[in-house]
Amino acid sequence: MISYFVSFLIIGSIYAIAALALNLQWGFTGLMNFGIGAFYMLGAYTSAILTSGPTTEHIGGFGLPVVAGFIGAALVSGGVAFLIGFPALRLRGGTFAIALLAIHETLLLVVRNESWLTNGVWGIRGIPRPFFEVVNPKHYGYIYLIIVGGLLLLIYLAIAKAVRSPWGRILRGIGEDEDLTSMSGKNCWSYKMQSFIFGSMIMGIAGAAYVHYTGFVSPQVFNPLMSTFIVWLMVMVGGTGNNRGVIAGAFLVWAIWVGSDFLTDFVPAAVATRIGFIRMLFVGIILGITVLTRPQGILSGEKRN
Amino acid sequence: MLKVNKINKHFGGVQAICDCTLEVEKGTITGLIGPNGAGKTTLFNVITGFYKPGSGQIHFNDEDITGLQPYQIFRRGLFRTFQITREYKEMSVLENLLLIPKGQVGERLWNVWFKAKTIAEQEQENLDKAQEILEFLEMKSKKDMPAKHLPGGEKKLLELGRMMMVDLDMVLLDEPGAGIPPILQNKVLDYIKKMSRERGLTLFVVEHDMNVIMNLCDPIIVMTDGSVLTQGSPEEVRSDKRVIQAYLGQNPSEHHT
Ligand SMILES: Nc1ncnc2c1ncn2[C@@H]1O[C@H](COP(=O)(O)OP(=O)(O)O)[C@@H](O)[C@H]1O
Ligand SMILES: [Mg+2]
Repeated sequence: MISYFVSFLIIGSIYAIAALALNLQWGFTGLMNFGIGAFYMLGAYTSAILTSGPTTEHIGGFGLPVVAGFIGAALVSGGVAFLIGFPALRLRGGTFAIALLAIHETLLLVVRNESWLTNGVWGIRGIPRPFFEVVNPKHYGYIYLIIVGGLLLLIYLAIAKAVRSPWGRILRGIGEDEDLTSMSGKNCWSYKMQSFIFGSMIMGIAGAAYVHYTGFVSPQVFNPLMSTFIVWLMVMVGGTGNNRGVIAGAFLVWAIWVGSDFLTDFVPAAVATRIGFIRMLFVGIILGITVLTRPQGILSGEKRN
Repeated sequence: MLKVNKINKHFGGVQAICDCTLEVEKGTITGLIGPNGAGKTTLFNVITGFYKPGSGQIHFNDEDITGLQPYQIFRRGLFRTFQITREYKEMSVLENLLLIPKGQVGERLWNVWFKAKTIAEQEQENLDKAQEILEFLEMKSKKDMPAKHLPGGEKKLLELGRMMMVDLDMVLLDEPGAGIPPILQNKVLDYIKKMSRERGLTLFVVEHDMNVIMNLCDPIIVMTDGSVLTQGSPEEVRSDKRVIQAYLGQNPSEHHT
C-alpha cells in the first residue's frame, strides 16, 4: 500500500514537472502547446538510447550515465523545439495547437515504425535506474521519489525565479498583448522561442525521469490523451499562470485518474479498452466543477507566483 | 528627423492613406490635425511598423525604417502612444512601467539565475524612476493596482508614463489629452514642452482640441482623405480657408476626431 502511494507520488511529480513547463508556455507566454507528448517522448527515448546497455535490437547501447541521459533528453527536446518553432511560432493560437498535435502524431509514427532506432512497438528495455544496486529493490521507490522530488523542486524554483524576473515580465506581456510588447521594444518572436525551447526541455526532462523509473519505454505511453491532454487538465485545474497551483493540479488530477482505475473491473470487456476516455470524463467533470467554483484554479488567491 | 515619402495604405477597398508625404523637423512639436477618418492614426501605425505600407518609404534619422518590426523601430528611439489606450490589464501599474526600459540585464534568461544581484540593483533603479513618474502623474496610490481597474483618463496617463521611462528621440502622441482632467492636462502639456525644450525631444502630436494644438504645436500639418492638405504655423493654418472647409464648416474646436 505504501509502495503504491510512493509510486503515485513519483508519477505525480513527473506530471507536475510537465505541467510547470506547460504553464510557462501557456500560462505566461500564451503558447498553446498541444504537442507536450512529443517532447516528453523525445526526452524519454533519448535518455533510453543513451543510457541502456549494449543490444542488437536497435541503435544505442551507449551505456552512458543517467545524468548524461537527462542532459541529452533536455538538449534533444530543446533542439527539436527550436526547429519546430521556426515555422510553427508564426502561427497564432489554435493553428499552432493543431500543428503541434500533428507533429506529435508524426513523431509517434516514427517511433512505432523505425525499429532500428527505437525497437518499434517492442520498446527499449534495460534502462538503468539510478542507485538501484545500492538499496533493497523493495525500497527503491523511496530513492527515486527523493530524486524526482528534488528535480521537481529545482525546476519549480528555476521557473518561479524566471517568471518573476524582467524576462518573465516580457513573457507575461506577450501573453497579454503581443503587439503592445513589440511596440515596447521587445523582440516577441525571440521570447516566444525561448519560452518554447525552455519549456520543451523541461518536458524532455520529465520524459527521462519517467523511463529511469520504469526502466522500460514503449510508444503506448505517449498517446495524446496520457501525455498531452491530461497535462492541460492539470494546468487548468491548478490555475493557469499559478506555478504552485499547477503542481497541486497535477497531483489532484493524477489522483482522480488513479482512483478511477477500479472502473475497469465494472464495465464490459468491449468498453474496457476505451476506459481511458471514461476516466477522462471524470477528470473533465472535476475540471468543470473547478472552473465553475474557482475560475482561477484550486489554489486561487496566490496567483502568478 | 522623420520623413514620410509617398506612403499608401489601404484596407480592402478603403484607401486610408493616399500618397502621403510629410516631414517632421528635429526638435519641433509638430501637430497633425484633420477630420475623423483622415488617416492620422493609420499613419502612426504605419510609421511605427504596426502596419506595413502598400508603397512608399519612411526615413527616421536618415535611416530607411520602412518595413522594420515595431520593436526595431522602438529601439531606434521612436515611441508612440495609442488613441485607444492599450495597457497590460492584469499587470500592476508599476509593472506596466517596469517592462519598458531597454536592454535590462534581467531580460536574458541566463542572467535571471546567475546575475541576480545586478538585476536586483537595476530593478531598484527602474522602480525608483517609475515611482517618481507615478508621483508626477498623481497616480502613486494606484501603483499596485491591476491596470485594468484604472479609469480611462489614467490609462492615458499611464501611456505617457511609459514614454517617460526611456530616453527617446521622438514620440508620436495620438490624442494625449483626451479624457484627462484639465489641470492634469496642463501639467502633462507643460511636461511635453519641457522635454522638447530641455532634451530636444521631437514630438508629433494628433489632438482634437484646437486650443491645445494651437498652443503647443508649430508647425501644424493638416490631413484629409489620407494625404496632406496643407501645413504651416498655427496662424497660417487657422486662417486657411481649405482647412475650415475640410472640417465641413464646423468649428474645428468642437469637432471630435
Ligand atoms: N484596421 C483597419 N481596418 C479597416 N479600415 C481601417 C482600419 N484602420 C483604419 N481604417 C480606416 O482607415 C480610415 C482612416 O482611419 P484613421 O486612421 O483611424 O483616421 P483618424 O485617426 O484620422 O480619425 C478610416 O476610413 C478607417 O475606417
Ligand atoms: Mg485617430
